[in-house]
Amino acid sequence: MSAHTDVHAGHGDHGHHGGDEHHDDGIGHVSLKGYAIGFVLAVILTAVPFALVMSGGLKDPSATAFVILGFAAVQIVVHMVYFLHMNAKSEGGWNMLALIFTAVLVLITLSGSIWVMYHLNHNMMPALMDPRNLP
Amino acid sequence: MSNATSLNAAAGEPLKFHQETEHHPENGTLLGFWLYLMSDCLIFACLFAVYGVLGRSYAGGPTGAEVFELPLVALNTSLLLLSSITYGFAMLEMQRKRVNGTLVWLAITGLLGAGFIGIELYEFGHLIAEGNGPQRSAFLSSFFTLVGTHGLHVSCGIIWLITLMVQVKRKGLIAANKRRLWCLSMFWHFLDVVWIGVFSFVYLMGVLP
Repeated sequence: MSAHTDVHAGHGDHGHHGGDEHHDDGIGHVSLKGYAIGFVLAVILTAVPFALVMSGGLKDPSATAFVILGFAAVQIVVHMVYFLHMNAKSEGGWNMLALIFTAVLVLITLSGSIWVMYHLNHNMMPALMDPRNLP
Repeated sequence: MSNATSLNAAAGEPLKFHQETEHHPENGTLLGFWLYLMSDCLIFACLFAVYGVLGRSYAGGPTGAEVFELPLVALNTSLLLLSSITYGFAMLEMQRKRVNGTLVWLAITGLLGAGFIGIELYEFGHLIAEGNGPQRSAFLSSFFTLVGTHGLHVSCGIIWLITLMVQVKRKGLIAANKRRLWCLSMFWHFLDVVWIGVFSFVYLMGVLP
């Protein structure tokens, strides 16, 4: 009899705990202001490079490319902060740690591939295949 | 009676233990989903690297400047950007505990996503019809792989979104559904981040001489 009540009480407590209305705050909080700021910034950061390229671009194509990449980098940060709600404190910093680790890997993958393959192309140029240049 | 007491003790111990560990993992799902997104990010990084290496290997075929239609890409980009803010509105409605508002904004988000996929499929069909399919050159192979993978992700996101709409409609905004909406929010905004890379690195830089 007493065992029955005890188990029941335990269940009641468990049910109360499972209801966790107050735990929702731990998930995160969004605001209209944050989304609005993010959206306006994203529109500007998208429109400028598109307008630049569609109007013919700068005189130097590589300068245009740098401008495009710069705007893209800034826009990625804007999306991360205002849409993905990234900050150093969410999930006790583990989100940020995973992001930094991934960013390092992405950087190594991208720059490494392009660097290695550029040199591969360069060193395998037909002109260098001249027998006199071979060891 | 003594039997009942021992049962009580036996039943009481694990329950107490259970309670103590219950509140520990608060929302491990969101961190886990973030880790998934980061690994997905690595897939896209590899595909971007492939495009970076092969993006100028035309094999006598068309160049980016010849095949990319920037007005279409601009339209596509604005659709995806708009779908990001409408998903944000859905999250705001969810926070205010309004089921119908959440569903309406989710539906608008889904339609914008479907428009994005529609335009992309039109672009792909147009390219293939002109003989500029993925088999034409290394440039087009890497282009189709990268942009197609992104499109596949958006399509999966739309399926997920429809599933979630049904779940929200049936069960309301319960804690589990809120968690799912948060996960899809991260997925959707993450795809928008990847698209920033695509339109900058592939389309805008691809049409430069």
